[in-house]
Amino acid sequence: MSTPTQVDPRGLRVVAGITSAVLAVVLVVPSEPVRTALLTVQVVVFAIAVVAGLQKSPYAIFFARVVRPRIGRPAELEDSRPPRFAQAVGLAFATVALVLLLAGATTAALVATAFALVAALLNASVGFCLGCELYLVLRRLRPVNA
Amino acid sequence: MTGALVLIAAVVVTAAVAAAMRWKNGRFTSVVDDDREVVTAEQIGAPLGERATMVQFSSAFCSPCRATRVLLADIADKVDGVVTVEIDAEEHLELVRELDIMRTPTVLVLDAAGVVTTRASGLPRRDQVLAALDAAVGSTR
Repeated sequence: MSTPTQVDPRGLRVVAGITSAVLAVVLVVPSEPVRTALLTVQVVVFAIAVVAGLQKSPYAIFFARVVRPRIGRPAELEDSRPPRFAQAVGLAFATVALVLLLAGATTAALVATAFALVAALLNASVGFCLGCELYLVLRRLRPVNA
Repeated sequence: MTGALVLIAAVVVTAAVAAAMRWKNGRFTSVVDDDREVVTAEQIGAPLGERATMVQFSSAFCSPCRATRVLLADIADKVDGVVTVEIDAEEHLELVRELDIMRTPTVLVLDAAGVVTTRASGLPRRDQVLAALDAAVGSTR
């Protein structure tokens, strides 16, 4: 990560929007297998964004191929590291939710999903990155070694 | 059914947090007189401004930091005797703990003597920064 990757901030909002929609369906869908399958898909999408980079996320690819050609070039770009860290926070919550769901603790799984949904909704609606805000708070807890 | 209730709760929480952040971002809060801290040029690794210094704490994982940096640099450029200093929070964790910085960006406004007169977290508006600077410069008269 010598030169940080730059990303289109509108793409981040679209990715957060799709994530919100998927997580909302996870909450309300009556069928337990569909719920599990959708949540698994979301965990995989988060994992791709964290491991391979934001632009490799299927939602980001959808934005790049379908949305961006219609809305033109962005006015400015954004450092990809904060949102990538936020995707890791999303991955943590979604993974916990999936594990709980598979263990049969459906209500707890729904609550964990709701945390990820709040973060995604905040990002999609007002562009506020909750995961990014957590970074310094977590970093402060660790001992100084730099 | 539980899922629908959880969904409604999540939407309500989102709206509440969004409203709270909108209210809080860039709002400068005065530091109580007997709780004032002094920041030295040594601590921030740069000389203090003649009249006031804006100290911005930033981190890599912070999207509004860049916009804040641009705004403060522009203000420092236009207002005499005012300088802006950006500090990487991760490299100054001691100072971050000492000054109780929880978010980036956090902007401290120091008077000529380095006393922290006011602080705000989140991206501030230009008029908020200018008002905070006025107060800092006034406090040294």
